[in-house]
Amino acid sequence: MASGMNFPHAELTPNAEQATDHGAAELAQRSVRVRASDVSVFYGAKQALFDVSVDIPDRAVTAFIGPSGCGKSTFLRCINRMNDTIEGARVGGKIELDGEDIYDPSLDVVELRARVGMVFQKPNPFPKSIFENVAYGPRIHGLIRTKAEAEEVVVSSLRKAGLFNEVKDRLHEPGTGLSGGQQQRLCIARAIAVGPEVILMDEPCSALDPIATAIIEELIDELRENYTIIIVTHSMQQAARVSQKTAFFHLGNLVEEGPTDKIFTNPEDKRTQDYITGRFG
Amino acid sequence: MNTLIITALILAFLGIAYQTGSSRSRALAGTSGRRLHSRPSYHGSAIAIWTLVPLLLLLGAWALLDSYVIRTFITWYLPESLVAEGGNALRASIARVEALATGYGVVGEVQEFERTAAQAVGRFQTTAFLIVVAAATTLAALGLFYARKRITPQFRARNEVEGAVRILLLACSVVAILTTFGIVASLLTEAMRFFSFVNPLDFFFGTVWNPRFSTTGAGGGGEYGLIPLLWGTIQITIIAILTAVPIGLMAAVYLSQYAKPRVRSVVKPLIEVLAGIPTIVYGFFALVTVGPFLASFGDAIGVDIRATSALTAGIVMGVMIIPFISSLSDDIIRQVPTAMRDGSLGLGATKSETIRRVILPAALPGIVGAILLAVSRAIGETMIVVLAAGNSPVLRFNPFEPTSTITVSIVNQLTGDSDFAGPQSLVAFALGLTLFVLTLVLNVGALYIVRRFREQYD
Amino acid sequence: MANLDSTTTASAGTAVTAEERRQRVKKSLGARHRKERLFHGLGITAVVLALGFVAILFYDVLQRGLPAFQQAQVTVDVYFDPEVIDLGERPVQSPGQSPADYSAQLNGWLRAAALLNWNRLLETSIRTIVPEFEGDARDIAAIIDSSQRFVIRDAFTSDPSLLGQTREFSLLASADADNWLKGTIDRSLPDARQQLSADARALADDLLERGEIRFAFASHLFTNVDSRSAPASAGLAGAFMGSLYMMLIVIVLAVPIGVASAVYLEEFAPKNRLTDVIEITINNLAAVPSIVFGLLGAAVFINYFRLPLSAPLVGGLVLTLMTLPTIIIATRSSLRAVAPSLRQAALGLGASRTQMVFHHVLPITYPGILTAAIIGVAQALGETAPLLLIGMNAFVANIPSSPMDQASALPVQIYLWQGNENRNFFEARTSAAIIVLLGLMLSLNAIAIFLRSRLEKRK
Repeated sequence: MASGMNFPHAELTPNAEQATDHGAAELAQRSVRVRASDVSVFYGAKQALFDVSVDIPDRAVTAFIGPSGCGKSTFLRCINRMNDTIEGARVGGKIELDGEDIYDPSLDVVELRARVGMVFQKPNPFPKSIFENVAYGPRIHGLIRTKAEAEEVVVSSLRKAGLFNEVKDRLHEPGTGLSGGQQQRLCIARAIAVGPEVILMDEPCSALDPIATAIIEELIDELRENYTIIIVTHSMQQAARVSQKTAFFHLGNLVEEGPTDKIFTNPEDKRTQDYITGRFG
Repeated sequence: MNTLIITALILAFLGIAYQTGSSRSRALAGTSGRRLHSRPSYHGSAIAIWTLVPLLLLLGAWALLDSYVIRTFITWYLPESLVAEGGNALRASIARVEALATGYGVVGEVQEFERTAAQAVGRFQTTAFLIVVAAATTLAALGLFYARKRITPQFRARNEVEGAVRILLLACSVVAILTTFGIVASLLTEAMRFFSFVNPLDFFFGTVWNPRFSTTGAGGGGEYGLIPLLWGTIQITIIAILTAVPIGLMAAVYLSQYAKPRVRSVVKPLIEVLAGIPTIVYGFFALVTVGPFLASFGDAIGVDIRATSALTAGIVMGVMIIPFISSLSDDIIRQVPTAMRDGSLGLGATKSETIRRVILPAALPGIVGAILLAVSRAIGETMIVVLAAGNSPVLRFNPFEPTSTITVSIVNQLTGDSDFAGPQSLVAFALGLTLFVLTLVLNVGALYIVRRFREQYD
Repeated sequence: MANLDSTTTASAGTAVTAEERRQRVKKSLGARHRKERLFHGLGITAVVLALGFVAILFYDVLQRGLPAFQQAQVTVDVYFDPEVIDLGERPVQSPGQSPADYSAQLNGWLRAAALLNWNRLLETSIRTIVPEFEGDARDIAAIIDSSQRFVIRDAFTSDPSLLGQTREFSLLASADADNWLKGTIDRSLPDARQQLSADARALADDLLERGEIRFAFASHLFTNVDSRSAPASAGLAGAFMGSLYMMLIVIVLAVPIGVASAVYLEEFAPKNRLTDVIEITINNLAAVPSIVFGLLGAAVFINYFRLPLSAPLVGGLVLTLMTLPTIIIATRSSLRAVAPSLRQAALGLGASRTQMVFHHVLPITYPGILTAAIIGVAQALGETAPLLLIGMNAFVANIPSSPMDQASALPVQIYLWQGNENRNFFEARTSAAIIVLLGLMLSLNAIAIFLRSRLEKRK
């Protein structure tokens, strides 16, 4: 885990200046992978998100925090256009992935989702074997042709998700038979198997116990070596532990964004401060 | 007149009993100063139950026995020779006496014994009616006084009334058991009688169906092989399922996964209209429209398709089953968690890939259950095959030829014939038993599968 | 440094680079989207087919049946010729005469009236209209429905003062004439295959031209009973009454019993053997083929209890047993939809279980229960097969005056008519009966849908 991330933010406060500099310096090295400008989302006549603009750094973990219903999940789902599946949802503004507008009509949403994977709140393995769960993505995208290729992808994805050793003897048993934490890592392996560039995680630990949560958090930390990760979380501690950049949402607005250290130690906005100090939530 | 008196009697007791109960309990509560356990209306209802139940039981018993008693009474006055002879003459004579007694009179000479009998019957009926009314009144009054005596402020009248209500409700739900028992008992007894004429092996494994209506009374004649009918049933069911499953399932997939809510809310009830159409209408449609169409279609492509055939009946039955499959599958597909669908879409799968590789496999057990239910419905369907299958109980394997089914033969063997003397009509019950067991097994299996499926996602 | 190796960042451990991976995904896209469109198209096809069947069926029935609501009718002035009507005074009940004697006497008079040659009156009337007609009496009789002479007879017997007077009657043309005039039968067929003789056909055409035959609304379709000898006058009244009696029995028996058992099972039943048995039984009864209920009716009600054959009472009982599971299941699901909080609130206020059910739960499930009842009644209304087994397919020429009388039912009437030998005429008539039946069922279902939507809106 990154140094300093394990401390509760209260202890960091005295060194606020220093910590902020450190986080900012790390982020500065990263190029921008996803850039959102003035994104608004409407569900029917109701506006759920108001002109959100944010840059997501490459190969780092960006956390979206905020109270329930603040629009953080809505925004996350815009990034791989999962909002398309919701009846009556409309997205305004612009989101770019590597400089490409993902809402461009000529862009293929299937291709986009192959590049931007997603892990959901509740572990949702398919009612298939562990092997088939992981092989599903590569298979539909035509990435694997032979059995050997499939095996290779499955094993390496499960390894990356830190699940291989636990399941290597029962690859052909149903994925639904695993424990909650294992199921969630299976879902992560499933997402990795497609070889995405960006992985979206929508409160991936909210259905898990503390031990499983710790394992997943560690996994996320390892994954940022190779992937751009965006995580929506309810838990400020989790955001502080795993992310380098944090964005705070409130009532559909992006209130504040910046290096995680800074947001947790020296927030600019009063609302952010109230939220991280637990005045509302 | 009599009905009027009895209605008045019942209403009077109802009112008196209820009033007594509620006012008495109120008065007791006033004098003793204690709180009533139950509200006065419950005391009233409790007394009403105690009063009316015996009253109604007695009147009901009399209504059942009335005509029997009077007939017996009349026979005392008839000449012994007539009584000994019995039969139609006796019945006609009794009817004449009854007609005389009502004052309507009879045509022709009235015999002396008839006149005396009629007078006696008239007197007897009046007396009997008075006695019954008196007895009913006494019984009701006894019930009333007994129940009234029990009233105290602590008396749990509400519990008593609710107990009675509960017994009534339980009695209603037992009707379902009685019905099943009635079905099983009647099918079994009559089928056993059939098997006393025909060897069960000949029935279950016989390949010729040729029940001759013998004119020489019971027994003898005819071959009762189930196999041609069973095969016809299976053949038509297969055609129906082949028609209904692709259309019904794809319609369910479309409506649950693709259609906009507004389209869905219009189309779904429209398809369900098909389920509300009586089967006789489908039968007629098959007979006058689908059959001739298929026959001319066959002509056009050089295949000999008969207008009434397994194909005609099967296709139309398939149409009948479409809404059945589509609404059951729709329910089941919608029970597959959205998380699963999102998981697949989030990986970049297209909608159809998600449906084919994730949703349908997940829903498969439920869909299989739905199909089994549809099969059981197809097997038991009667009117479509009666009209459109051609009624030709011969073992044939060509679906373009006429055929027959178990249900058709039940109708043919039993229609208009209530004389259960010979195997010709009794065989209907053996067929019914076969049908009952078949559908029962399918249904139990289907319900089991569907329940397991539901539990999986609860 | 981050930017330099971005192409391999997302490697899943295979030798495939991210760029290669994107190419592969792109390459597969065309085929995948084609499959997607194909699948989507299949879905639409299925829906269109299903709706197409509904449309074709309704179109077919309407197109066949609507013409039957218009029927050829002849307007004639009938002179009640005393020479033909050679009949004594209509008997009057004398004082002291027993009702039995009187009715015997009256029947004798009516029988004598029935024996008169009423067709002669009709013949005379037609010949007055078309004096030049040279065909014989049979040709005239052939174009007027054979039941119509009874219309004239009944007019006379109920009002004997008509003797010697002339009155205008609008009479039904015969089924054959109706076929000929509507073109339901091929008008170019040779004489041998025509139902009417050449003279009769010419007469019918002539009368139509003169305006003495008109096509008018066939109201007798609703007021007459079935008839075999006079097909043009066959109507649905008897079948309708039979169905009505059965519906009443279903409403009086199946609905209360069904609702009561649903309430018991859902709200009161303790978890025990008996309850389990009842549950399983109901689920299985719901799937028992209707014809098995017919066998039950034949064996138990008719053979064992000796109830009369063809009686709506027996039909109603059979349909009651058949619809019971439907009503129970539908009622239970609407009871289950009641929020548990409402029950807890009621119980929490000190209501007993019974009070909770009858004062709080049942009132708000009322529309749901009504819907369940309507679904059950509609199911009973359209059922045919079990009724055939209890003799309701017998020909009945009277409107049943009680549930114990012989009767037919609407769907059974359709079954009987479709089997009639006079195909040309009865195909339309059967379709007309189907339109009536479907109309009834659709309105029942519409009421049920309306109630359900109101129930759903309130929640």
